[in-house]
Amino acid sequence: MYLFLILYPNYGINITPEWYCEGFWIAVILQHINPNNQNMIINRLTHLKELESESIYILREVAAQFEKPVLLFSGGKDSIVMAYLTYKAFYPAAIPFPFVHIDTGHNFEETITYRDDLVKLLGAQLVVGLVEESIAQGRAVEEKGFSASRNKLQTVTLLDTLEKYKFDAALGGARRDEEKARAKERFFSHRDEFGQWDPKNQRPELWNIFNGKKQIGEHFRVFPISNWTEMDVWQYILQENIPLPSLYYTHEREVFERDGIIYAALPEMPRRESETIEVKRVRCRTIGDITCTGLTLSSANTLEDIIDEIASSRITERGGRSDDKRSEAAMEDRKKAGYF
Amino acid sequence: MSIPTKNTNGYLNMELLRFSTAGSVDDGKSTLIGRLLYDSKSIFEDQLQAVKDASKRLGGSEEVNLALLTDGLRAEREQGITIDVAYRYFATPKRKFIIADTPGHIEYTRNMVTGASTADVAIILIDARNGIIEQSKRHSYIASLLQIPNVVVAVNKMDLVDFSEDVFNKIKREYEEIAQILKLKNVVFIPISARDGDNVVVASNKNTWYKGETLLHLLETLPVRKDENNLPARLPVQFIVRPHSDNFHDYRGYAGRISGGTFRVGDEVTVLPSKTQSKIIAIDEGTKSLKEAYTPQSVTIRLEDNVDVSRGDLIVKTSEPQPTVSANVSLLICWLNHRPLNEGGKYIIRHATEETRAIIKVVHFKVNINTLENIIDDKTVKMNDIAHISIKTLKPLKYDSYSENRVTGSLVLIDENTFETVGAGMIVHDLEDDSFAI
Repeated sequence: MYLFLILYPNYGINITPEWYCEGFWIAVILQHINPNNQNMIINRLTHLKELESESIYILREVAAQFEKPVLLFSGGKDSIVMAYLTYKAFYPAAIPFPFVHIDTGHNFEETITYRDDLVKLLGAQLVVGLVEESIAQGRAVEEKGFSASRNKLQTVTLLDTLEKYKFDAALGGARRDEEKARAKERFFSHRDEFGQWDPKNQRPELWNIFNGKKQIGEHFRVFPISNWTEMDVWQYILQENIPLPSLYYTHEREVFERDGIIYAALPEMPRRESETIEVKRVRCRTIGDITCTGLTLSSANTLEDIIDEIASSRITERGGRSDDKRSEAAMEDRKKAGYF
Repeated sequence: MSIPTKNTNGYLNMELLRFSTAGSVDDGKSTLIGRLLYDSKSIFEDQLQAVKDASKRLGGSEEVNLALLTDGLRAEREQGITIDVAYRYFATPKRKFIIADTPGHIEYTRNMVTGASTADVAIILIDARNGIIEQSKRHSYIASLLQIPNVVVAVNKMDLVDFSEDVFNKIKREYEEIAQILKLKNVVFIPISARDGDNVVVASNKNTWYKGETLLHLLETLPVRKDENNLPARLPVQFIVRPHSDNFHDYRGYAGRISGGTFRVGDEVTVLPSKTQSKIIAIDEGTKSLKEAYTPQSVTIRLEDNVDVSRGDLIVKTSEPQPTVSANVSLLICWLNHRPLNEGGKYIIRHATEETRAIIKVVHFKVNINTLENIIDDKTVKMNDIAHISIKTLKPLKYDSYSENRVTGSLVLIDENTFETVGAGMIVHDLEDDSFAI
């Protein structure tokens, strides 16, 4: 078999130059020297397998260390990957904690349909926190004007929901590559009794040891896919064949442009008179609610297309998120207050 | 240099390399990382524009300050320093990289230890003009203490010494002496200019005498963790999977992340600390069943007998060298908290998936990490101190030494009142044998 490969290196399989390198030949030679020596293994996980394994390890730690964990589900690709990882981590047992969706009331219809289908498919429980309820109770005040968004208001609803159900660990799909303040986030991120983050006083996190001990009233945010990049997420979705909301693929839609960002022309998004509606072929690169999700001009129809598009993109995925553009430290400020 | 696009399989087969960077204030660490990201085309236009805007506002300079790419917090940008460990990501067609960017100030030793704890490679930056300074030694000591398998000494700011071969060689000679004392393995030296990009991603055209690799090429090709699958097999039990459902009525699986070696279906295993023996009948990964699994896979193992296994137990192969099972543990610790450690103090211990309590029996000595001398007359272990201690735990631990296994050989100490993580411990059997530099 090896001889065959040596003589016909390109026969049948697409052998890339990496195959000739050290690891492969060491494996071949070791097998030849002592085929019975099963202890000599130089298998390495691919980076996607290693990331998956790390995330599953963290999900299981959360299930073991906390009494009432919850998974924050937004309907975006990161939380979809989180949902599938959670399913894998505990299979064949049921997912041992509910999903929570903080609904701004400004969601794309597709997001809600997808959410309900997924919960059914994975056999998970769903808790919905409504921003509208927080507004009705006077706990949150609606922003005014054309750039009004309920993005910031979600923090109130989120903290209220966590408190109401006494959730002590909230799992989120935030990644460190997304934003510079998130690059300093721990996997197990401690929050005080006000739900706030103190970036200068984070617990040191060494090796793979996670300390989820807390005082009464405090909680943790946990980010199992911290080490994944946008590209890793897409490649994983491809590798695992995970179905996505249709918003991620190209479609025709009525849109308008504001400050260089393309938005969906929907009733939830008030327009100035000068902002005219056009029909364009677009897709979402990230999905937030309608008021903060910028669309990308794209004809990407398949996961492979999307991966190609991202690989050649020169703009970050959050480049289209108006919620980050409010100031240089917009994310840091929101995180300190208890945002996702 | 960008990620392969059409060749999806190429990307799916990439390896992961984790490295840490350490340097003193102003020796260009953030600039180096900015350069790696920038030249490997991992910086996006909107990030670059934000940095350009910030460079102008903070320094009035037209030149892009690449360091601003990595300083994430407001206070860091205002003070021009790095406060906390920041994680950065980039990929080339060969590997995906995770950088733990650690601040270099003396008071942030704890961050350096944190960043180094998961690293395969440590990059230590030395300013060519200043040569090896106290902090370079401190960083090297930590690389040695945490036993990072590869060290790259990047002699930076070579442009400011006219790419002098003599300057580079002098630093190299001096460092090699330190490396020997510290028992550092696999040390490589590279002359670079992070600001101009020489030898970072692209070979320099200014120093014809340097025939070695660029930093990025080195990072792409360094062999990493080749040995971990040949260690004695270890599975710290994290979680018991019991579906209680009709389809999986009798299913009982032990979930965990393999932390050394390889497990196969049919292997005879021992569960510690009870020493119960059994045999692996299945290895599950999600909905799939595997014949074998290796480090660092997260799996669920099922055993032949209905044995009593709980979180914190350790599953090992019966035929392989066994870990030590004992309540007496000897440690090197790095203290991470402003409240000092004292003899007689009690702490919560987290070791692999086990949690228990421990009392500090003896502080043997502290290490002066600048002179590598032992301090025996002062037993108060303060923040950033390194010390050799002995502890006694409530439940026995199942451990290897840190030099044998990074997972079963490490633990953290947690304050009983504040629940803060206050100490990082590396288990030693015998200081002479353990290739620690003390």
